[in-house]
Amino acid sequence: MSSHGHDVIVVGAGPAGLAAACRAAECGATVALLDDNPQPGGQIWRAGARPPKGKAARWLRLAGERQVGWIAAARVFAAPAPGRISIERSNGDIDLGYRNLVLATGARERFLPFPGWTLPNVMGAGGLQALAKSGYPVRGKKVVVAGSGPLLLAGARYLRGCGANVRLVAEQTGHSTLYRFARGLARHPAKLAQAVFLRAALLGIPYLSGCWPVAAEGSGKLESVTLRRGGKTWSEPCDYLACGFGLVPNVELAALLGCRMGEAGVEVDEYQQTSVAGVYCAGEAAGIGGIDLSLVEGEIAGYAAAGRPEAARKLFRARQSHRRFAAALAETFAPRDELRTLPQDDTLVCRCEDVGWGRIRGFSTWREAKLQTRCGMGPCQGRVCGGAVGFLLGWKPESVRPPVFPARLESLMRAGDPE
Amino acid sequence: MSETVKLTVNGVVVTAPAGAMVSTAVALAGVSAFRRSVSGAPRAPLCGMGICFECRVTIDGRQHCRGCQVTCQPGMEVRTDE
Repeated sequence: MSSHGHDVIVVGAGPAGLAAACRAAECGATVALLDDNPQPGGQIWRAGARPPKGKAARWLRLAGERQVGWIAAARVFAAPAPGRISIERSNGDIDLGYRNLVLATGARERFLPFPGWTLPNVMGAGGLQALAKSGYPVRGKKVVVAGSGPLLLAGARYLRGCGANVRLVAEQTGHSTLYRFARGLARHPAKLAQAVFLRAALLGIPYLSGCWPVAAEGSGKLESVTLRRGGKTWSEPCDYLACGFGLVPNVELAALLGCRMGEAGVEVDEYQQTSVAGVYCAGEAAGIGGIDLSLVEGEIAGYAAAGRPEAARKLFRARQSHRRFAAALAETFAPRDELRTLPQDDTLVCRCEDVGWGRIRGFSTWREAKLQTRCGMGPCQGRVCGGAVGFLLGWKPESVRPPVFPARLESLMRAGDPE
Repeated sequence: MSETVKLTVNGVVVTAPAGAMVSTAVALAGVSAFRRSVSGAPRAPLCGMGICFECRVTIDGRQHCRGCQVTCQPGMEVRTDE
């Protein structure tokens, strides 16, 4: 194992992480930026087979110019001592030392269980989009996009651009709530333009508000989805169901480091510093807010981590405006109560250990359910069912222990060893 | 992108776009079950971003690799549970 020291290490190379790394490096700090993915850009700027463009290309170029050290396909699985993290890569493990750490670990989709949701070809809305960027075969395929949030529109537009036959977009939020939100967008001109652009690109694809999936059917793989809207329930034949109910922050690494959690994600102060001195958090992990908020939070964290609080302060006002928009988003697209009635007793909630709703719904805490049923104890470590049981039963994760990601035995044996 | 990469999925040669993830190659091979769950049910990618572990396959003999996080390489041998 080799070991290196950096002024600043940034975990996660999406918008927040890239912005943090660039700003810290600009202040003269030695910076390492790492990500679980083989390419930087995070989920939103996932380039796939095409070269990145626009804002993504500008930040990626800046990172290169500022000599940010890029460590690809690297998974942080442990924090053996203060100022050190253990990382697993396919070509060997590495322990990295830091003075300051910026966590920009992003978010994942919230999946809610309904009968048939474990069938092959039932995927996340962002999930199918991410794979389509890598050439996943969607051309000519019938796709139903469902769930909640602006991600559905972006996903539908992208999939259509790939030649998919997008049958409809089912948005669980009702029409009057959406209308109120759209009127509020007038205060955020850039967002309004974005919304109009997406809507226009979708012309011809039905966008059904107050509509959600109640079951997926198929033999061996998905063949149709049952949708409900108002008093009407019908079956829609499709090859893929792209379904996600908003986003959940990735807070596991922050929890492992002992950072205090807030209501919306990792708790941070005005400089994006967590409750642990020298550990910062920016972007979706500190609360879901979208790309513009992620960028400005990343910049603030980068400046602060490099010892330039006065540069960070100049961005506080911009952050405030983006936070207001984030709050409106969260309120508008909050999952409705009816979605709690979708799982049946034999509907799996934990996909890793195949634990059904009927086996867990009687427990009062996740810990109890884990001990009795193994719910949340498989390879994903509760990352998928956690968002579901949080919504369905109000359960919160109670502890995070290393390794925060499944790691090879040899990596575990070496973690934290001195060089 | 016109460049492609050739690899095998369950012994069958697949041509994937250069830069594609292994999950894409598996889907292009027409395989719908990437893995079998603990009770034997077929599973395929859910999250597409390294979180859910549903796309686990064996790559060049190494088990439990997430197909959505590994880029296709020429000559790679991918095996699914099917």
